Amino acid sequence: MSQSTGSQSGVPPPVDPALEAPPLVACRSIVKEYPGVTALDGVDFELRAGEVHVLFGENGAGKSTLISLLAGAQEPTSGEILVRGQPVQLTSVHRARALGISAVFQDFSLVPQLTVEQNLLLGAEPRRHGFLDRQAMRREAQAILDRLGFAIRPAEVVQHLSRAERQMVEIAKAFRTEPSVLVLDEPTASLTERETEQLFALIGSATARGVGVVYITHRISEIRRIGDRVTVLRDGHVVATVDGKSTSEDRLVELMTGRVIQDIYPSIAYQPGEVVLKIEKLTSQSRSVEDASIEVRAREIVGIAGLIGSGKSELGRVCFGLEPVASGRIWLHGQDVTGLTPSAMLSKGFFYLPPDRREEGLVLMRSCRENIALPSLRNEPIRRGAFLSIASERSLVQRLTERINLQPARPERDVGSFSGGNQQKVLLAKSLTRPVKLFVFDEPTVGVDVATRVAIYRFIGELCANGAAVLLISSDLPEVLHLSHRLYVMYRSRIQAEFSGADITEQNVLRHFFERRAA
Amino acid sequence: MNQQAHTERSARAVRWLQHLFVRLGVLPFLLVLALIVFTALSGNFLTTDNLINVVRQSVYLTIVALGQMLALLTGGFDLSVGTIVALTSVVGATAMAAVSTASPDSVWLAIALGCLAGIAAGTLVGVTNGVGVAVFNVSPFMMTLGIASVGFGIALYMTSGMPVYGMPAQFGRVFGFGRFLGVPVPVFGAVIIVALTWVLVNRTALGRYFYAVGGNIKAAHLSGISTGRTLFLTYTLCGFLSSVCGMLLTARLETGEANIGHSLPLESIAACVIGGVSLRGGVGRVGNVVLGALFIGLVQNGMNLARIESYLQTVVLGVLLILAVIADQLRLRMMASMRD
Repeated sequence: MSQSTGSQSGVPPPVDPALEAPPLVACRSIVKEYPGVTALDGVDFELRAGEVHVLFGENGAGKSTLISLLAGAQEPTSGEILVRGQPVQLTSVHRARALGISAVFQDFSLVPQLTVEQNLLLGAEPRRHGFLDRQAMRREAQAILDRLGFAIRPAEVVQHLSRAERQMVEIAKAFRTEPSVLVLDEPTASLTERETEQLFALIGSATARGVGVVYITHRISEIRRIGDRVTVLRDGHVVATVDGKSTSEDRLVELMTGRVIQDIYPSIAYQPGEVVLKIEKLTSQSRSVEDASIEVRAREIVGIAGLIGSGKSELGRVCFGLEPVASGRIWLHGQDVTGLTPSAMLSKGFFYLPPDRREEGLVLMRSCRENIALPSLRNEPIRRGAFLSIASERSLVQRLTERINLQPARPERDVGSFSGGNQQKVLLAKSLTRPVKLFVFDEPTVGVDVATRVAIYRFIGELCANGAAVLLISSDLPEVLHLSHRLYVMYRSRIQAEFSGADITEQNVLRHFFERRAA
Repeated sequence: MNQQAHTERSARAVRWLQHLFVRLGVLPFLLVLALIVFTALSGNFLTTDNLINVVRQSVYLTIVALGQMLALLTGGFDLSVGTIVALTSVVGATAMAAVSTASPDSVWLAIALGCLAGIAAGTLVGVTNGVGVAVFNVSPFMMTLGIASVGFGIALYMTSGMPVYGMPAQFGRVFGFGRFLGVPVPVFGAVIIVALTWVLVNRTALGRYFYAVGGNIKAAHLSGISTGRTLFLTYTLCGFLSSVCGMLLTARLETGEANIGHSLPLESIAACVIGGVSLRGGVGRVGNVVLGALFIGLVQNGMNLARIESYLQTVVLGVLLILAVIADQLRLRMMASMRD
């Protein structure tokens, strides 16, 4: 603490600031208590200039709490935070910003009704003669987006953007000012590979300038790519801080979960049965899907890979009746179901799992029980004549929460208070309340921890083994590569390629993600 | 040492109150406060007779508040409840008087037909709201505000603003002032309606759909719920409940009035919000709404006994409503900081 930063006093900067200077940010014995819960219990954490420090841990381990303290969104119960060796009180996000700490949260801080440029420059609008300088604004916004390589038009209204695009704007916003500490909370959860590459390049150039990055991720491959050090949290404690490059995957998972996970992806036997879903030359009214023909059989997992905006997500939505069909046919068990409503699709044994659980999947302020039972209130056993049988609803939900291994199982708590992984499990449990022959999963593991991920994969494998047809739409490339028996790649609204068995490799698939090469 | 134990104990008491507040909302605190204040202000307040009086006076607001609750649960609201009460009253009284004049002997036929006509008219207004919101996607605010103006205009036009006389005296005697087993008949009516609404909301699929549609309309849609049908039924039922209140009020006034119900939109929303119904939809309980309506009745009664001028009473009501919303916000924030 007696050490002076000395950068302003004319002393030449040290050769390697990461070793000489005090850490950019240091947390000492941080405790954060909420009534009834200790979210952080004596956490020490250190961020050096120019490093990417990954926070790794299951949902509820305390990562989010720790970064909310760093970002000034909350204050610790005890312990101290030092910025460049000086103890500070991060009483507000504004205060943290002033100290150079800039955070990108998963929850969006954008004004949906404003345009991208208005959001990017919110609070720092360029002015001329006291009026807004619209041209300068456009220029600056475009410059930030270009620097990041994000293909977003500055004049676009934010609410018309996809989730991934909004995430990009959010990141761009943090990069507008030059922060010395950048906190990124799962920034790639909804980005495609290409956008992820751009983000990593950007993080690389930021760290080269001496910026310290706190990075939360659930993806081990990302730790490999950009993580210098990894701090693993479990139940509010720091389990270990290890080297990001040399620590093995198994070791990281072991540290995080406290147990060994041999294999994340289950091997699922391939014994395809009759055709369950057949799509012929399907074109949606919005042209988000064009001329697509696919087939999914019983006991088969069919993957759809592609960039966000390639139409892979829309394909699932059109099938389920969420988007109008312009031409083409959809067959379910040989029956023409083109243009039916979601409600009719459900009663024909078609279940669709939306990609954004908070936005479309769950009624957050209602209990887990009510959410799980929602699709089946008009069916036996919950329906008793004109009324609901709460007792049989309870026992059904009890059985399903055990089946999906929901822990802690609190069926009467509102799902808004659940962790991301548990929310996803609740969403999956909804599909078990009625007989389903075709499952369409759109991004089933977005933003969930490894343990939940494994549970979800096993769940999908069981569904398939029990005779269901599964269509798996995912931006997580390893996921579709490992789980799919057959795989379609979409590009610009069209099916670009189809692979099966051993042909499903990263190289093969990625080749069709972008423009089709001349053969 | 003693000092320390003392501060610790009071800290624990504060924490306990906070927990109570987060769990139960602002209503219990307001009820206790109101009881203390009005008991202090007037010796006649805390008597059995007066409390029965409060319950009887609260019947009308309770029924309308239950309808309003349905609209709030689905994430909307109904500003036309007052109009529905007025229109029901005018149509019901006119029909009853007409039948009564045509065949003076069949008193009960006149009463039945009059009630049917009034409730049909009021429910029709609800149906119109439902069609606007569910089919044409008009925001509940605009739809019910517009319909409030339309319905009020029709009620005034039908009567030229004059009260409608000529209903059989039995109507008022039984449904307005009657007692059954010592309990006022309107209270019986309200109890039945509260019970039916409770069953509807808690024990039927439709009731669950109100919550789901208000909580997340997209998730409801994806779960195979017809959101349009649910919204349509919401406003239809709200219209129906309001018109039942309209007929009971007509019996009490013994005339059909176009000028009643002005304060009902505000009061019913206040009763719901004070009872913990979320303005964002998806959250609310029948029991608490009934308590919210009783609380407003209690405050109005207490203010009357304390001889507070009626103009000032509306000031108090508005302030209470805003305080309840602020308390709700505070509660959400405390809830958020307690979990996370």
